[in-house]
Parts: sequence; C-alpha cells; structure tokens
Amino acid sequence: MKVVERAEIAPNVHACKVSAADIARKVQPGQFIIVIPDEYSERTPITVADWDGEEGTISFIFLDIGSSTNSMAQLKPGDEIYSVTGPLGKSFEIEEYGSVCLVGGCYGIGGIFPAARALREMGNRVTCYSEARSKFLLYWNEKLEQVSDEVRYATADGSLGFKGHAYDLLEKDLHSGIKYDLVIAVGCTFMMYRIASLTRSYAVKTIVTMNPIMIDGTGMCGACRLEVGGTTKFACVDGPHFDAHQVDWDVILARRKAYLEEEIISSERHDHGKS
Amino acid sequence: MKDTIMAKVSPTKTPMREQPARERVRNYDEVPFGYSSEEAILEAQRCLMCKNPRCIDGCPVEIDIPGFIQFIADNNFRDGINRLKEKNILPAVCGRVCPQEEQCEKKCIVGVKNEPVAIGRLERYLADWEASQGDAELPPKAAPTGKKIVIVGAGPAGITAAADLVRLGHKVDMYEALHEPGGVLVYGIPEFRLPKSIVFREINYLKKLGVKLYTDHVIGMIKSIDELLEEYDAVFLGTGAGLPWFLEVPGENLNGVYSANEYLTRANLMKAYLFPQYKTPIIKGKRVATVGGGNVAMDCARTALRLGAEESIIIYRRSREEMPARDEEIHHAEQEGVILKLLSNPAAFHGGANNWLKEVECISMKLGEPDDSGRRRPVPIPDANFHVSIDVAVIAIGNSPNPLIPSTTPDIETGRWGNIVTDPETGKTSKQGVFAGGDVATGAATVILAMGAGKIAARGIHEYVMEKK
Repeated sequence: MKVVERAEIAPNVHACKVSAADIARKVQPGQFIIVIPDEYSERTPITVADWDGEEGTISFIFLDIGSSTNSMAQLKPGDEIYSVTGPLGKSFEIEEYGSVCLVGGCYGIGGIFPAARALREMGNRVTCYSEARSKFLLYWNEKLEQVSDEVRYATADGSLGFKGHAYDLLEKDLHSGIKYDLVIAVGCTFMMYRIASLTRSYAVKTIVTMNPIMIDGTGMCGACRLEVGGTTKFACVDGPHFDAHQVDWDVILARRKAYLEEEIISSERHDHGKS
Repeated sequence: MKDTIMAKVSPTKTPMREQPARERVRNYDEVPFGYSSEEAILEAQRCLMCKNPRCIDGCPVEIDIPGFIQFIADNNFRDGINRLKEKNILPAVCGRVCPQEEQCEKKCIVGVKNEPVAIGRLERYLADWEASQGDAELPPKAAPTGKKIVIVGAGPAGITAAADLVRLGHKVDMYEALHEPGGVLVYGIPEFRLPKSIVFREINYLKKLGVKLYTDHVIGMIKSIDELLEEYDAVFLGTGAGLPWFLEVPGENLNGVYSANEYLTRANLMKAYLFPQYKTPIIKGKRVATVGGGNVAMDCARTALRLGAEESIIIYRRSREEMPARDEEIHHAEQEGVILKLLSNPAAFHGGANNWLKEVECISMKLGEPDDSGRRRPVPIPDANFHVSIDVAVIAIGNSPNPLIPSTTPDIETGRWGNIVTDPETGKTSKQGVFAGGDVATGAATVILAMGAGKIAARGIHEYVMEKK
C-alpha cells in the first residue's frame, strides 16, 4: 500500500496516510490495522485514526519509540509499505449514551477522534480530554474540536489548559459534579489504569482500548492475552475495547514489558540516525 | 529373474544422510539431506510394484505410488515427478512432513516382514530433483469455464483446492490473512524441518498456473462471506486451526509462557531466529519446557535448542507410546538432546520478579483405563507434585478452528469444537456456495489430510459451479 502523506505532527508523533480503499470502506471507530513497514520489521498494531471512503485513504498516528516504528517514521509519500492488514478487532459500540467523555493521550488523541465523531453524530454530548506533557506535544486540536462539544486540555507543565494529567482534570470535574454516562480512554497503559481507578469510585461505566503486544491480530497466537473479569481474553479478536473495571491491570502492565531488553538491542542495531 | 532381484533387496530402508545432531542444534538448516539419485534408484528397487497396491489406499490424495516409484527405478525422473504431481501439488512438502508411517508406508507389503519402502523419501527426492532442473513444467489446463472461485486461506487445503480448480479451467483468487502465503507450512513448521524456500517455490508454481494471490486480507473483516458470494461462484474456506488451547492453570499469563503458535510464529514467520537482523524478538530461555506430545511440541522443543537453550524439556501427560508425534520427530528431538518428562502434567506456573516465569509445578500421572481415543487415560497420582525451574514454557496441546469466519458468518453451521460442519464427500457447508476443508472442518490434523480435504472440496466445487446456471 502506498504512502500518501507522513508527517511528524508533534515531536516523535507521526501521522501517516495511506491509500487503502478496501479498508477505508470497511473500518469502524476503534478498529485497528497491523503495519509492517519493511521486510525486517515487526507486525505493529495501530488504531485507525481517520479515513476517507471516497478518497480511499486511511490515517493512523504512531509514536517513533521502537525499532519498527522508527522504520515507519522514515516513510515518504509514494513509498510502498511492506504490509498493511485490517480492519481488525471490534469497533466501539456507538450508541446513544447521553454525555460521553473521551480521554486521549499520546497516540490515543488520534485514537479517540473517530469515536468522538461517531458518538456526536449519534446525538451524544461529547467532551474530549486531550493530554500531553506540554502544549507543543498536543496535536489534532482543531480536528478534535470540530467533532466535540468541548475539548478540555491537560498539560503537565500547564502550558495549555489544566496543569496536570487528564485523570487529575477528570477527577476535578467529576468531583465538581459533572456527570458522564460513559468514559472512553485511549492511550498509554498507565493513564488508562489511572482513569479506571478514578471512574470506579464514581461508578461511571468506562471502556479502555488495550494495547498489548500482538503478532497476527487474528486470534491465532495468543500473545495479546489479558485477564478481564477473571477470564483470559485475546485483545485482537475479543477487544481491543474492554470494561476498564474488569481488566487485571497488573497482568497487562507486566506483559507489555516482556521485550524491553530486546527492544534496546534492536534499536541499537537499526538506528536511523535518531535517538 | 524376479527372485534374484528380491534376494538383493535390502530388508531396511536406504538410509538418508543427515546433519549430525551436535552440529544441527546450532543452526536452522534442514536436518536430512535427501537421497542422491543412486540412493533413490536403490530404494525404488525395493518396491514390489504390487498389482493391487495397498499403499495408495493409505494416501489421502491417492498418489499412484508404484507408478512414480517405477519411473525412479527406470531412471526417468521427469515422468516420475509428473505422475506424482497429477495428484499432489506439494510433493516437496509432503515428502518431508507427511506421517508416512501411519499412511502409505503402513500399508506397504514390503513392510509386512521388513521395513516398508521409503515412499516419503522417494517423493521428496523427485520434488527436489525437479527443483534442481529449473522451472517446473506446467500441466495442461482445461479451457476456461468462466467461473470464478475464491479460496480463503493459503495453507495446505487452500493451495491444493486452488491448484485443482485452476487446472479445471476456473478463475481462482486466493486470500491470505498473513503477509506471507503458506499457512502452517510457513508460520508453524520450522525451517529446519521444511525450508521456506520450498514452500515459496510451490506457491510460485501455483501463481504460474494462474492463481491470483492476495495477502494481508482477513476475510470476515475486510470482506464478509456474503460479499465474496456476490463476486464469486463459490467460496472455499481453508482457514485452519488457529485458536490456541491453553492449559487453564494458574500462572499461564506470566511473561515467558507462550502458546506454540506464538512461539513458532515468532521464530518462523517473523524470523526471530535471525534477531536482531529481523526485529521480532523471542525470549531465548535457558531452560525451556514444552507441554504436549505432538509434532508441534517436537518443533517447539527443537526450536528452543536452536535458539540457545541449555535444556529443552518436553512435558507430556501420557507415556511415550501414546505420543502423537511422528516417530522420526521424536527420534530427532531425542538425538538433539531434548529431554522427555513423561507422565507429567503442569498444575501451575509460578512467577518471580516482575511477573516472569520461574518454575512449573507438575503433577505425576499414571496410566488408567483406555479413553475414547483408545489410549490409556492419564490419572493424577496424589501428593506427587514436583517443581522444575524454567524460564520459558511453550503450550503445545492443540488448537481449535479459527472462529473469525464462523463468528462473522452466523448462517454457517458449526460443530462442538467451533469447526465448520462439512459434507465429507463434497466439502459442502450448510451455506449455499460455500465449501470448507482442512483443520477448520476437522480440528487440528495433518498437512496431508488438509490437502486431501482440499482435493475433495475442489471436486465438490467443480460439480457445483458447472451445474449452477
């Protein structure tokens, strides 16, 4: 599949648009693709952040944090990507909930975008919480504002919006009496874990998009297994969206760290001149 | 004359040279070297060329076995390979991975008193000979029928069905979920047992026959079966047994515990044995335990050694006699130093720091009365648990059919194990125009049985589309 655009939209955060007419026609909010940038790279699962059925394109956001995503970050318009497979996984359940809160951090800001759009079209009141360490690390602000009733920003340094994390801001809001019928959180595991702990005490139904290590993405290998409500689930086919209050967070936090040493070895060998 | 030949025939199979065990556990190259032409002719001469050959009955794809062996004996390899390929599109694969001792060779008359004719090795010889001669000869194709057929899954069942259907004059498209075709031949069976270049050679042959291949297509997600039926006259599902079973004991989600599918997919499809040149990592345990007694378990245990394990153990709950693996695989594993811990079954995996696997706790078993499978049932011995310290465990106890298509195609009938129900004579499913075969219909079995099912379904599909208005 051909790259249409690839740009670093914030430091280390890349948006990539590829022509993939069949995927663009089928994909639903919350589904993902598996990308292999070149023959040597890993199968990397990435949420589809936007698509255009008429143009036949899909867009995704990724962080340049590992050896395979570093290869992805070198892609130029016109390049042929070695492999793109999708759509995979279940979509978010887009229904009339009432007032919905969507929390996005790092790649998850892109992850919540199609859900916000679809939920608002369904008639929900949509509030997005977009978080980063600093203002210059945020992206897609305008895009998100266009599909939301309100976007609330949280930056660790206070350079835009609330000073602190999205879960601190959400806690403040819930404490002040703002009511949400549903919370959806997409982003790093620790952020989702903190959101889950918070909303449990306020008894707000919460969906998280899990991001375990995956290989095939079709239920074949079981690498992405996690424990939800005491049973083993495969994130690729049973998810990736799960009830945040049923997820065993210790298992997922440990399993994500399984290949840290190997990642360092691989990154050293395949350094593309970026640290 | 015949008697004098008989007198010269060796009671044992012509041996096949192989890499010494000590060397091969350090590399990923194929273990047996295959016959030379002299060895192949010598072995072919052991065949009695029975008038009523029983070996053919033992072959799921009905190869004319004495026919191709006669050609080898006559030093006519070209006609030999053509005879073989009339029935078998993948001779280089089957010659290597078929359980011949349970099939053709089991029925061989020579085998009544002596070792049977080494049919598998001769099959491999012809296929490798053909590859050494440059491009394979393409068989004749029937005139175009104007019918379009889609094959879902580029594994052994799908490849076989595609080859038969394209030769019958149909237009055949093939969809594969992964980024490489071949199914289990590529993600599952290791390089040292089945070099991937062989599989890709066979796939290229299929493409030359006119089959169009689309990788990266997960049917059920990118296209539904109903959408395929709008485009095609018939659909064949050969999506395999891609849902790994776990033991469902405590600690199975610790870091370091793999399903066999994950372990082998990392090592083979993703080439983790060439890490870090290839970027997919695999945990190279020092002490690796594989749970299970089939060919897949042997593949995992032998892969562990090649990845550098100091000790590779197989934990199996019955005795050696009940092990479902091919004799040759068990033999090769033991030669390489794999340790069999029989009559043992994991009760729990225990972890140490950061959720990493540290040891497996096993129950000792004894054999009781025979169960449904006719094998003696393993029964736990009370208070006889023992602990083995390990850092990687691989669960190789089987797979169910992949549920993706049944779950996205509600009007297709499935059986107790999630398998797609088919008519064994035609491969027909409960859904009009949809056929299936291989592991998705039977549950995890062998490459050759899947190929046999692909053949049957190809016949069923041909009949169906030719009758269809």
